[in-house]
Amino acid sequence: MADASRFDVVVVGAGPAGLTAAFSAARRTSSVAIVDQAEHVGGQIWRRDVSEGYPRNKRWLVDAVGERATFIGGATVVDATTTGGRHELLLEKAGRSFRVQTGTLILATGARELFLPFHGWTLPGVVGVGGLQALMKSGLDVRGKRIVISGTGPLLVAVAATAVKRGADVTAVVEQASWGSMMGFGLQLAARPLTALEALTHLQQLGAGVLKIGWWVTEAVGTNSVERVVVSDGESRVSVDCDILCTGFGLVPNTELARRLGCAVGPRGVEVDGRQRTTIPGIFAAGEATGIAGVDSAMKEGTMAGIIATTDSSGHAVSHRPRSSSWERILERTFTLRPEVVALARPDTIVCRCEDVRLGDIDPAWSARQAKLYARAGMGACQGRVCGAALQRIFGWSTDSVRPPLQPTTVSSLLGAS
Amino acid sequence: MTRGSPTAIVIGAGIVGAACAAALAEKGVRVTVIEKNFAGSGTTAAGMGHLVAMDDSPAQLALTARSLELWRELAPVLGRDAELETTGTLWIAEDELQLAALREKRETYAQAGVAAEVLDARQLREAEPNLRDGLPGALWVAGDAVLYPPLAAVALLDNARRLRARMIHGEVTAIEAHTVWCGRERFTADFVVRATGADAGQLAPLLPLVPRKGHLAITDRHPGFCRHQIVETGYLTSAHVMTSESVAFNVQPRRTGQVLIGSSRELVGHDARINREILSRMLARAVEFMPPLASLSVIRTWTGFRPATADKLPLIGWWPEIPGLLIAAGHEGLGITTSTATAEIIAALVTGDSPRIDPAPFAPSRRMAA
Amino acid sequence: MSADLFQITVDGVAVVVPRGVSVAAALMNAGLPLRESVRGEPRAALCGMGICHECRLTIDGRAHRRACMHAVAPGMVVSRDG
Repeated sequence: MADASRFDVVVVGAGPAGLTAAFSAARRTSSVAIVDQAEHVGGQIWRRDVSEGYPRNKRWLVDAVGERATFIGGATVVDATTTGGRHELLLEKAGRSFRVQTGTLILATGARELFLPFHGWTLPGVVGVGGLQALMKSGLDVRGKRIVISGTGPLLVAVAATAVKRGADVTAVVEQASWGSMMGFGLQLAARPLTALEALTHLQQLGAGVLKIGWWVTEAVGTNSVERVVVSDGESRVSVDCDILCTGFGLVPNTELARRLGCAVGPRGVEVDGRQRTTIPGIFAAGEATGIAGVDSAMKEGTMAGIIATTDSSGHAVSHRPRSSSWERILERTFTLRPEVVALARPDTIVCRCEDVRLGDIDPAWSARQAKLYARAGMGACQGRVCGAALQRIFGWSTDSVRPPLQPTTVSSLLGAS
Repeated sequence: MTRGSPTAIVIGAGIVGAACAAALAEKGVRVTVIEKNFAGSGTTAAGMGHLVAMDDSPAQLALTARSLELWRELAPVLGRDAELETTGTLWIAEDELQLAALREKRETYAQAGVAAEVLDARQLREAEPNLRDGLPGALWVAGDAVLYPPLAAVALLDNARRLRARMIHGEVTAIEAHTVWCGRERFTADFVVRATGADAGQLAPLLPLVPRKGHLAITDRHPGFCRHQIVETGYLTSAHVMTSESVAFNVQPRRTGQVLIGSSRELVGHDARINREILSRMLARAVEFMPPLASLSVIRTWTGFRPATADKLPLIGWWPEIPGLLIAAGHEGLGITTSTATAEIIAALVTGDSPRIDPAPFAPSRRMAA
Repeated sequence: MSADLFQITVDGVAVVVPRGVSVAAALMNAGLPLRESVRGEPRAALCGMGICHECRLTIDGRAHRRACMHAVAPGMVVSRDG
C-alpha cells in the first residue's frame, strides 16, 4: 500500500451523513475517499445485513458511492493531525498502517449508545439496543429468543420490531420516559406523518401490553448469562424471564476524532455553523456527531457538507449553529433520563467494564482523572468510551483530553506516525 | 515559635512531598500537606515508577542506593494498590564496549552495596526471550523494583495521617519565613518543605529547574511478555546530556500484564502535547531491542515533565534566604526512586539529626553551571 | 457441508458457522462467552459496533481483536484471551 494517499475530500464515517457527503462531494470531484472501521459502508442504521444486504431504498446510494468514491473499509483511524490546512489521518487496516492526506476533511463519525450501569448488566446476553440491531445484522440468531428491550429513545421500538420480524419473542419494551413525555412525543409525531407512520409500523409488530412506559430495568439476573430481569416503575417490581436483555439510554456523539484535531466540541457534539464548518478551516462535520437529531438531519447535513466542501472550503465556523433542530430538542425533552435510572448502580455494580471497577471503588469527591489514576476507571481498551459517558452523568465529571491512539492499535502501526 | 512538637508544612503531595510528610510525621513532627490538585496528580502520575540504582555520579548512586534500602523497609506498609514488584533491572549491552562498561558499573554498584551480576548472551536470552538476537549481555540488578506511583504516594500520605498529619486542598501563592499563603489564607509552621515537582507556576522563590518532557505508551494486557524492567545502556547518555532531545529503550512489565514503554527526553517548556515524531522514534527504538513488541496493542500514550537541574542532582536542603524553608525538588527522572532518601535527609535536617548520606551535593544553595 | 457453512476453531473446538456472520455473533449463537473479565467473569458483546471492546479475543494469532468487527473465515483460529 502506498505510504500516503492524497484525496481532494476525505469523509470519515460511512453512515447516512458520510454517504450523503461522499455522494454530493463526488459530483464535483473524482478524488473522494470515504473511510470506515467496518468492512462495509452503512454505519449503524443502514448496516449491511448478512443475509438481506442493504436496506432496499438505500442501495442506489451505496452503489453510487461505491462507483464514484474510494471506500477504505476495515480501517480504524488511529491518529489525525492538521497543519496549515493539510489534514492527515493515520489508519490501521489488517495490522498495517498507512496515511491519508487531504485539504478537506468531513467528519461523519456518528454516535454510540449511552449505557448506564445497573446490577447484572455485565452478564452475557445483555447487549445494547443499537447493539442488538448491529449483532442481528451481523448474524446473531434471535429466533425463539425471549428478548426484553429497555432504556429510552425511539430506537427501542424500532429494534423491537426488527427483532420480531426475525423471529424473536419480544416480551417487553420498557421505556423509562413518562406517559406525559410520550404523549407529548405522540403529538409531535402527528405533525411529522412519515415519522409517525414509521413509529406506528414498529408498534404494530409488537403484541398488546408489550410496551411499558414509565418503567425501567433495575437489575439483570443470571448465572453465566442473563436469565431474567426485574423491571420497576418506582413503586411495583415485576420479574420478566428472558434470554437477551437490550439496554440503551439514547445516543452520545463520537467526538474523539474532532477533539484530537482541535475542533471545538460543545455539550451536544462537534460545533458547526449552518454550513457544517467546524472551527478548523477545511474540516467539516455532519450527522449525529454534531448532535443527536436523527437520520433525516444526518442526510441533509451530509449533503450540505459535501456541497460546501467542494464549492467553498475556505473559512471556518465563527459561531456554531445558533440553535439545534427542533427534532433534536424534541428528542432531548421526551427522553430525558430520570434520576432513578442514573442511580441504578449499587456499590458492587461494575461501572468500568474493561477494568472491573465497581461504583464503590470510586469516591464521589474525585475528578474523572483521579478516578482513573486511583481506581483505573477508564484505563482500559475502550479508552473510557463506555464508562466515561455514564460516569459523567452519575458524578457530573467533564471529559479528558484526547491523545493518540484514538483506538487501540499495534506498536508497529503507531510507528508509521511521523 | 514552637510549643510541643515541631510543625511543618509540606507543599505538594506528589511522591516526594508524601515521602517527606511520612518521614517527618515518623519523627513526631506535626505535618500539614497542602496540595492544589490531588495526591500524586503531577509528575508522579506520569512516570514509570521504576525504583532504580543509578550511577551518573557518586552522589546519585549514594542517594538511589539508600533510597532502595528505604523502599524495601517500607514495602510491608505500602499496601497492594501500590503494586510494588521486585522485578529487577536489566541494563542491556548492544556491543562488547557497552558490556565492558557494564562490568565496571557492576564494580561501582558493589562498592555502594548494590548487588549486580553480569549476564552473558545465553543467560540474557533465558531471562528475556523476547529480546533480539546478538545482544552480548546485560547487567542484572536484582534489587531494583517497580511500583505504581500515585497510589504509593497515597500510601505514604496515609502513613503520615496515621501519625496525625493532615492534608489540605489549596494552592500556595507565597512563601515567607515560617509561613505560606494560599491566597488570603495564612498558614504558619516551624518548617516549610517545598516539594512542588515540575510545577509550572510562578511561586517564589523560583527554583533553577527546567522541565524535561518524556513520552510513555502502555499496552493492553500481554502477560508474560517481559519479566524485568529492561533499559538500554544508552539510557544513561540520554539522561546525562541535557541539551538535545533523545529517546532510549526502556520497558517495564506491570502487574496487570500491560507493558509500559519509554523513554524520551526533550526541552520544550510545558507543552504536554504528544509529539508523534518523538513517539515514533521511541517506539522504533523499543522494537529494535524487542521485535515482538511491534505486535502488542497500545491503548494509551501520555507525556510528563521531569523537573531537572543543570548538574543532574536534586535540590534537597535549606533555602538560605528564607528561614525555615527547605527544598525537596529537581529529581529529574529519579523522583520516585529517591523520594525516600530525600525525605530522610529533610527529616534529619528538621530534627537536627545527622543524615545517613552526605547532603552537601544536594544543597539548594550550591552553584551550578548556568 | 454447503459452501455457506464452514468450520472455525474456538479454543481448539470446532464450531460450524455460516458465511458472513461476525465472530461475535457466531460465538453468541453457540452460547459461548467471548472473554473473561479482569475479575474472571464471563463476558460477551455489548455494543456490537466496535466501541466497548468487550468482545476482544485472539484471531489467527493476533490478540485483542474486536470479534464484532470481523467476519468468520474458513479455518479461522479463535482463542479467547484470559
